[in-house]
Amino acid sequence: MSTGLQLSKLIMGDAQADRVVPPTGFTARLTLFAAGAMAFLTVFALALSLASGRLATRWGDELAQSSTLRISAPAEQMAAQTAAALTVLDSTPGIASARALSVEEQRSLLVPWFGPDLPLDSLPVPQLIEIVETEEGYDGAGLRLRLQAEVPGAVLDDHTRWRRPLERAAGRLRLLGWVSIGLIGAATAAMITLAANAALAANAQVISVLRLIGARDSYIARAFVRRFTLRALSGAAVGTALGAFSVFLLPATQESGSFLTGLGFQGLGWALLTLIPVLAAVVAYVATGAAARRTLGELT
Amino acid sequence: MIELDNIAYSYGGGELLSEVSLKLAPGSFHFLTGPSGSGKTTFLKLCYGALSPTAGQVQLFGKDVREMDREDHAMTRRQIGVVHQDCQFLDHLSVRENVALPLTVASRDSLEQHSNLKELLTWVGLGHRASALPPELSGGERQRAALARAVIMSPDVVLADEPTGNVDWEMSQRLLQLLVELNKMGKTILIATHDLNLIRSAKHHVQARVLRISGRKLQLAGADL
Repeated sequence: MSTGLQLSKLIMGDAQADRVVPPTGFTARLTLFAAGAMAFLTVFALALSLASGRLATRWGDELAQSSTLRISAPAEQMAAQTAAALTVLDSTPGIASARALSVEEQRSLLVPWFGPDLPLDSLPVPQLIEIVETEEGYDGAGLRLRLQAEVPGAVLDDHTRWRRPLERAAGRLRLLGWVSIGLIGAATAAMITLAANAALAANAQVISVLRLIGARDSYIARAFVRRFTLRALSGAAVGTALGAFSVFLLPATQESGSFLTGLGFQGLGWALLTLIPVLAAVVAYVATGAAARRTLGELT
Repeated sequence: MIELDNIAYSYGGGELLSEVSLKLAPGSFHFLTGPSGSGKTTFLKLCYGALSPTAGQVQLFGKDVREMDREDHAMTRRQIGVVHQDCQFLDHLSVRENVALPLTVASRDSLEQHSNLKELLTWVGLGHRASALPPELSGGERQRAALARAVIMSPDVVLADEPTGNVDWEMSQRLLQLLVELNKMGKTILIATHDLNLIRSAKHHVQARVLRISGRKLQLAGADL
């Protein structure tokens, strides 16, 4: 029988069989709390992982097909070098467009750092040219050589040195999120195993009576496994709901948003949350089943 | 059915039973007697496979106990009803649920079985106590409930360990009567008891074989009973 079928049969249950094992308050509370707390943490780990993925994609997409040319020249040569640079760029294969940023645009870039009252005219601010590449891209080395010859004050920044570490950092964050989810799963399994072991030990007399009257070990194990699986499922459902609500309350994503303002779920990401209680139930099913088989094997 | 062939059983470095052989024939009625600590309970446990002999062979329904796995043991327990001295109930379940427990674990919880359950509780005189919890029962009621649970699967053999140990004379006669009735239905009965008066009174109702454990050996008791 497949695990899915076993799980569904387990959840449908047998009301009479359920009453055979007496409820034990301590293990019930421990399982509910552990599953709930772990599901709550899993929501945040999942949010972190998904947000990191989105961040990596956004950084990659936004920076991948654009470059910046920076011209640092004496004020009297600035216009001539800018015009020369635009001529070079217009004739370079792989460049879709090139545009010198206006004074206002440059000011807006500096505002976050120096404030709105920046006297840009009195400062030796370099001229920036925004380059948009075609899909094929341009030959960076060749362009640098041409610029070196024709526009001595130009420095080409193709964003590679920014993009790669950012993408790598986002990738690491995403990995960290998944590792966290794995660790949370393992910790949940460990706690539920402990609770199941405690419940089995506390019910040694019940197990002895059940064996006396002809109960198979699989029947006894099922009674415990069902109880712990349902507890984990309900505890995790509550934890997931609370976690989702907390994430929902986080500030909404903004255009200029930092990382944290984007730490939410989008679209199908919300649907992934429904898997958390199911996975918690699967973890409890496997962990309790293993604990029950081991304990019943040891009991004579 | 149940066959012990030259078995021995040692516990804690000492031999409790030695050179014991017994064959329980279908429909027979046996008493097992002997002083306290002589090994009556151990003997019964050997008879239903809860213990394995340290020497010799125990066969339950044609199977060697040593070769039986847990599944075999579970199936065998459904053919042997056991009444423990301390009854061994699940205290959180009602008398009805405790008596029906063998049906529950065997997944035979049908309407027909419910009807049988009601009849059975009435037969042991506990129809009015079906909803009570075991701690609320008197000693005699507990023993009768344990007997009902032992026979609900209609086993071939009923083993009872000191079933009248905690009850008065009148109740012990009532329990004995129930066991005699079961024997008349064709069940094999083995009762471990140190109550010789119970054995003497049984002789008026049933042809019983009396066995005694003495000096680690099993003997057929003589006319002194």
